[in-house]
Amino acid sequence: MRKKASAWLALALGIGMALSGCSSSNSSSDNAKQGSQKAGEKLEIFSWWTGAGEEDGLKALIKLFQEKYPDIEVENAAVAGGAGTNAKAVLASRMQGNDPPSTFQVHGGAELNEGWVAAGKMEPLNDLYEKEGWMDKFPKALIDMVSKDGNIYSVPVNIHRGNVLWYNKKLFADNGLQPPKTFDEFFQVADKLKAKGITPLALGDKEPWAATHLFENVLLGTLGTENYKKLWTGELSFNDPQVKQAVETFKKMLNYINEDHSSRNWQDAAQLVAEGKAAMYVMGDWVKGYFVNDLKLKVNEDFGYVPVPNTEGKFMVITDTFGLPKGVKNPDDVKKFLAVLGSVEGQDAFNPLKGSIPARIDADPSKYDEYGKQTMQDFKTAELAPSLAHGSAAPEGFVTKVNQAVNIFVTQKDVKTFIDTLASAATELKK
Amino acid sequence: MEKVNITPAEKTAAVPAVRKKRKWTADHWLAAAFLAPSVILIFLFVYGFIAWTGYVSLSNWNSLVPDWSFAGLKNYWYLFHDFRFQADLRNTLVFTVLFIAAVIVLGQLLAILLDQNLRGESLFRNIFFFPMALSFVVTGVVWQWLFNPSTGVNLFLKPLGLDSKWYTDTTILGGFHWGKIEFGIPVAIIAVVVAAVWQMTGFAVAMYLAGLRAIPDEVREAARMDGATEFQLYWKIILPLLRPITVSVIIIMAHISLKIFDLIYAMTGPGANFVTDVPGVYMFETTFRGNYYANGAAIAIVMLLSVAIFIVPYLISSRKGGS
Repeated sequence: MRKKASAWLALALGIGMALSGCSSSNSSSDNAKQGSQKAGEKLEIFSWWTGAGEEDGLKALIKLFQEKYPDIEVENAAVAGGAGTNAKAVLASRMQGNDPPSTFQVHGGAELNEGWVAAGKMEPLNDLYEKEGWMDKFPKALIDMVSKDGNIYSVPVNIHRGNVLWYNKKLFADNGLQPPKTFDEFFQVADKLKAKGITPLALGDKEPWAATHLFENVLLGTLGTENYKKLWTGELSFNDPQVKQAVETFKKMLNYINEDHSSRNWQDAAQLVAEGKAAMYVMGDWVKGYFVNDLKLKVNEDFGYVPVPNTEGKFMVITDTFGLPKGVKNPDDVKKFLAVLGSVEGQDAFNPLKGSIPARIDADPSKYDEYGKQTMQDFKTAELAPSLAHGSAAPEGFVTKVNQAVNIFVTQKDVKTFIDTLASAATELKK
Repeated sequence: MEKVNITPAEKTAAVPAVRKKRKWTADHWLAAAFLAPSVILIFLFVYGFIAWTGYVSLSNWNSLVPDWSFAGLKNYWYLFHDFRFQADLRNTLVFTVLFIAAVIVLGQLLAILLDQNLRGESLFRNIFFFPMALSFVVTGVVWQWLFNPSTGVNLFLKPLGLDSKWYTDTTILGGFHWGKIEFGIPVAIIAVVVAAVWQMTGFAVAMYLAGLRAIPDEVREAARMDGATEFQLYWKIILPLLRPITVSVIIIMAHISLKIFDLIYAMTGPGANFVTDVPGVYMFETTFRGNYYANGAAIAIVMLLSVAIFIVPYLISSRKGGS
């Protein structure tokens, strides 16, 4: 009998403790809330900048911010993974669970506008733009990329160029070759290299977006900026003969790539060019950051760069931006951070290390290397085209489907199936 | 001859409980009170979320904005017409069969060898069991490096004239078309199977070793008296006695292989032409990258059903065995 009584007592105690545990945790979170109103919530900066150059750039930016606002505690919540593939998954679950980070990295264009803005998860930043006098400091085409229905939703920190053909200077010099300007020249150069036993084109599509990146460059080169843009608004069908021509060119290019492409990521593929095992590489200009920061190569000595064939005067723009999610506890602190991010000082602290160019047109060119200076010049004059592989041109769901189709195409090389899949996925775009 | 009981579960259940309708005593109420919180939590967080996933899979929620309108079986229809998902089903089937067969054969073999009263047995037990202590992610990263076409084991194989592509090989052996896919054994899957077998064989060894130890010596002696050779002894007597363990191993390995994600994600990803893709990876990418929540939920439900095909008959049969 006594045993039974003590068991009941234990149960009662257990329940009591559980209840008191709950209530005490409630009160402690209340305390935290009150405390934070005085000391300020942590400013959580969410990105996928964990690679060498990009992490340095982010840290320089955070350091600059903390010099200005030493009271605000900053948390660098970066998630590793190429092109943000893992970070985007983490972000999606946090946003769905109403636990947004204070501010997060998002590509300007459809990824922002058709994604988070359309879902009603972002605060407009028009007042910040007016207060900081940014309306004429960023190119109009760029502000349009981060706007929807007349409201501006994020602040661009950098510009990457997607249509760059990187080449190994030594291999080209030894074989008396000039970097190709057209697809025809590309195939001539590639044939000569192949004859010498050198892999003409490096590809690392372990993560399929790298192959999509190559494909979108061929699309841009074949269709031209206007028609390329029309693909993403549904004005131009994927059944158009020009698209077929681009797919055929893409297919032909795949005959010149390294055999182990599917086991390499983009850095591993860049390494082939650095080591002289492959001659050319189509990739965005984060490759420059990797070559210079990680592999200690010299611009225009070890490696050279030209626009991807047929895309001279065109600029495949990839911009990283940061916005203000709805429901964060410290919007004023976030705006302070965004103000630093959008300032000349902030952009010049971040971009030289990251290997990108500033999104502002009035940044200081002397802080950038040879490549940066030229790209800043090109950015002012070139036609801007949004990148598909990096989420600017079309919503994430469509990009995922294109990546799948490209992944299959790289092996099967079936032009008709590929175009049919793209065309059927494109029916979602018109919504 | 009486069937020899060797699995622990059967041993404990050996005394049949007499079922009678009784009034609930204070003891029963107390037991129920202690169990209630975990029962409630499990119903909420396991079965509740399964139901929730099932509900999502029937909705139109295929963007960042939730859309609860009823879609019927549209998401499932899409899946089974999708090249990638058909390839996933083929890969899962091939992976499961090869993986389980290899684990059972290797597990039995190693356990029998270990059972020969050799010196330093505990050392070998640890060596075989050690990979179990690693996570699949670690295994995946290590084997990815070992099988990389330009590093690892290939550095030794190349001078011998073997140029293996391992997990980047897109060849599919067997090749006949079924639906949109080429049905057969994708060569790249074999590399993944090797890594998975390396990790899980230790578990099977431990199970079989325990089983071998539970077989009374009298059985072996009796067989030897009747003039059985050692081979006959194992083939005709010991291995049949180990059958309940084999069933357990199959159940455990099947549920691992049907919902495998981390090993493949770390080692190969979907692979070129989806030769190493599995539903787990597809579910992750669909849901969290493509924001196709309803499609992702449908994949999750198909995975649940595929595991249930193995588990439910086992649960039913073990319940019968117990009562």
